[in-house]
Amino acid sequence: MADTAHAAPDGAPRRDFLKLVTGAFAAVGVGAIAWPFIASLQPAKDTLALASTDVDLAPITEGQAITVMWRGKPVFVRNRTAKEIEEARAVPVNSMPDPATDQSRVQKDEWLVLIGICTHLGCVPTGQKPTDTRGDYGGWFCPCHGSHYDSAGRIRKGPAPRNLDVPQYAFTSDTKIRIG
Amino acid sequence: MSIGLHKSEFSNPLVRWIDQRLPVFTMMQKEYGTFPTPRNFNYFWNFGALAMVTLMIMIATGIFLSMHYVANTNLAFDSVERIMRDVNSGWLIRYVHMNGASMFFIVVYIHIFRGMYYGSYKAPRELLWMLGVTIFLLMMATAFMGYVLPWGQMSFWGATVITNLFSAFPVVGNFIVELLWGGFSVDNATLNRFFSLHYLLPFVILGVVFLHVAALHITGSNNPLGIEPKGAQDTLPFHPYYTAKDSVGLVVYFIVFAGLVFFAPNYLGHADNYIPANPLVTPPHIVPEWYFLPYYAILRAVPDKLGGVLLMFGSILIWFVLPWLDRSPVRSMRFRPLARPFFLLWAVNFLVLLWVGAKPAEGTYVLIAQISTAYYFAYFLVVLPLLAKFERPLPLPESISRPVLGGGPLSMGAAAKPMEKA
Repeated sequence: MADTAHAAPDGAPRRDFLKLVTGAFAAVGVGAIAWPFIASLQPAKDTLALASTDVDLAPITEGQAITVMWRGKPVFVRNRTAKEIEEARAVPVNSMPDPATDQSRVQKDEWLVLIGICTHLGCVPTGQKPTDTRGDYGGWFCPCHGSHYDSAGRIRKGPAPRNLDVPQYAFTSDTKIRIG
Repeated sequence: MSIGLHKSEFSNPLVRWIDQRLPVFTMMQKEYGTFPTPRNFNYFWNFGALAMVTLMIMIATGIFLSMHYVANTNLAFDSVERIMRDVNSGWLIRYVHMNGASMFFIVVYIHIFRGMYYGSYKAPRELLWMLGVTIFLLMMATAFMGYVLPWGQMSFWGATVITNLFSAFPVVGNFIVELLWGGFSVDNATLNRFFSLHYLLPFVILGVVFLHVAALHITGSNNPLGIEPKGAQDTLPFHPYYTAKDSVGLVVYFIVFAGLVFFAPNYLGHADNYIPANPLVTPPHIVPEWYFLPYYAILRAVPDKLGGVLLMFGSILIWFVLPWLDRSPVRSMRFRPLARPFFLLWAVNFLVLLWVGAKPAEGTYVLIAQISTAYYFAYFLVVLPLLAKFERPLPLPESISRPVLGGGPLSMGAAAKPMEKA
């Protein structure tokens, strides 16, 4: 009983303090425990190790395109013809939904490298094979919701908001690139 | 207020709105807030809460591990190594899960010891006790199947040996074993079903734990004196008194757990399990995980296949009937001068079985295992039934509050004073 009487005058702030300290301690603890669990959901080291892909361009003749896998996504590599390049450069850029010059989308004029995923809802557009539909602008056509891309991979017509993304890549030699 | 709504005493409008329709807040307040709990708990009474926390840790880490694990004989071992090396914090989550199993058994063994020492299994808590034994059996099954998943040498040969136990049963033996295997040896089908069941059983455990706690909240907790609270002066509200006491234990528990995980993560495991499973070569020295060693010792103590298996299963199944083997009305061993040493010897004997289970089955070790096995069963089947008849227990205290609050023998006046609640 003596203890309770002693604690009474300053009892309330002391209880508040204890509650605050306990709560803060628990919150920090829960955060520290949650961290590794969330980290474990992020890409693992072996997944990150596969984050770059080398592509040999030598076998791709003019007008041909190949699709390679990079981070589980298709990457379009097209060896563009002179006509396709010219078409892509002749268009006034301002009329496009996502204006970009052809020069800004390539490192070497003939080699166009794109992530082959429609920026609308993630389908893979057609236009890689010679027999595929290439849409109204001679590039790619997304069959899911009808987006038309031109020979620089820019969106020209349809619901897609952005041009096909250009991945990070570099020429490691005249005929080789490393994506990622 | 419309008819059919629960009468809520919460003032927060949102809490109140929910509570009127689904009185979970009232229930929590009643069962974990004001719940009258004997005021004389010692730290042994922490271990139920610790077991609950461990179950949660095991389920959480297990769910995250299963996102990376592959249940296929060709991929399982490598997928576990990938968790250890490549998955972010994968090593931590796996080591917590791995050592969590050991911590779970340590905690539950102490919880069971507590129940036996203080007679928590006696009327009216027999069903509560039996539900606890059920949880323990489910835990053993879950732990065994979890140990198979990394598909190391010990996983494989442990699975082979344990599943073969069932072949000891006449007539149905082989049928049961093939049913467990899904083939003619421990193979991919076995691994797949063990993974499925290893994921399922913890949730079954959770269900039985709920029943265990529900039954506990009907009878109320036992206490170190083993006498029922006689009124409000003998109890404390669960919160904040026992939430605080449990928290202290929890912090100590986490220190031990973290020490194991960070400084000796493989101390309780076997190096052989880091060798991929090989169905053609048995490791020279097969031992189960430490928590199964006492039963393993009992199995090996009997020079007969069926007899060994029956005694091994019997060693736990006998716990189910413990409330009826020990008919002494006195719960706590504190007041049982004869049962107390016999029980403590039984506990030491359990540790001897644990120790001898890890030794090779030859020479003196077999003899020690046999003597220990004999005493293990004799305690239940001979000592307890006889003591119930012949033991003369010490006088029980008048009430819980009396020894706690410091009082000598009950004076005539106090004895005549009516209790607040009967």
